[in-house]
Amino acid sequence: MADEKENIGDKKYKYSIIIPTYNERLNIAIIVYLIFKHLRDVDFEIIVVDDGSPDGTQDIVKQLQQLYGEDRILLRARAKKLGLGTAYIHGLKYATGDFVVIMDADLSHHPKYLPSFIKKQLETDASIVTGTRYVKDGGVHGWNLMRKLTSRGANVLAQTLLWPGVSDLTGSFRLYKKLVLEDVISSCVSKGYVFQMEMIVRASRKGYQIEEVPITFVDRVFGTSKLGGSEIVEYLKGLVYLLLTT
Amino acid sequence: MELWKRFDLVMFTGTYNTAILKSYISFVSRTMKHVVKILSLLVAVSAFWIALLQAAIIPRSHTWLLPIYFVVSLGCYGLLMVGIGLMQFPTCPREAVLLQHDITEAKDFLSANGVDVRSD
Repeated sequence: MADEKENIGDKKYKYSIIIPTYNERLNIAIIVYLIFKHLRDVDFEIIVVDDGSPDGTQDIVKQLQQLYGEDRILLRARAKKLGLGTAYIHGLKYATGDFVVIMDADLSHHPKYLPSFIKKQLETDASIVTGTRYVKDGGVHGWNLMRKLTSRGANVLAQTLLWPGVSDLTGSFRLYKKLVLEDVISSCVSKGYVFQMEMIVRASRKGYQIEEVPITFVDRVFGTSKLGGSEIVEYLKGLVYLLLTT
Repeated sequence: MELWKRFDLVMFTGTYNTAILKSYISFVSRTMKHVVKILSLLVAVSAFWIALLQAAIIPRSHTWLLPIYFVVSLGCYGLLMVGIGLMQFPTCPREAVLLQHDITEAKDFLSANGVDVRSD
């Protein structure tokens, strides 16, 4: 039986944390600080995949490398904005961990939940541990009623049509076994948040064990990015695509 | 008396067939596309409905309306789930405050250690 008081980082395992960035010069520094703060006894590396940010994000990452070490922070940049899925694939090429964590750079995903992801995976030997915002201990801050309504409606629709086995389909705060991520990502073709849905649904169809941990999601960019009609159409198209091809 | 006996039989046959079909579906579920699973379920339900029509236990006029009742109740169920979910939507206002603390703490540490924390 695992001793609950044991340090949550099993020293045998290494965790690669892939963070795609675009214009996140301040947030990336804060995220790196918080990761180091919350994963003290864990062997990990952070892989920053920057898509040629004009605001100097890469310079900040280089400063962070000076502070924390180039073996802990890898900067694997790309020339221009090429999309999230390809960013993960790109980062995956350089990952040397046994596990891969994907998370957003805008501080909506808080690194303080990383220990609970790791713990859950060690307890259950799950192939994927995904963060869910829609359970009691989770939550979202920064959404108005309309946004919550869209989110809830989209969720009910997806649950009814796809039976995905997870409560938060579009979440992108996840821990994967490296081999599982490589397997799943190779068969995904969608873009944007439909891509996140496709990953988890395909993984579910392939029979991989998926566990969930509650996370809180603080949305500070909600005001600037609206959920318009075109996003809703994209979502519905994505649902139908997943219904027919998974 | 006969009416009750026959209703029993239809219910039993219908449930039995659905159970068989469901186990078949889960057995081949790895290779089956999800849409096929849903269609198989619809086929099973339709078979049950046709059996009901033919057995004529419930007056035919009611039986013809069953699919409509089904779709409408499905719609109502969906709306109910959305409403309940909306009411119970978990929020975390504390987290925004905690995040601000974390940001301040991080900025202090980083600027003291040579990392530029201006957000130009």
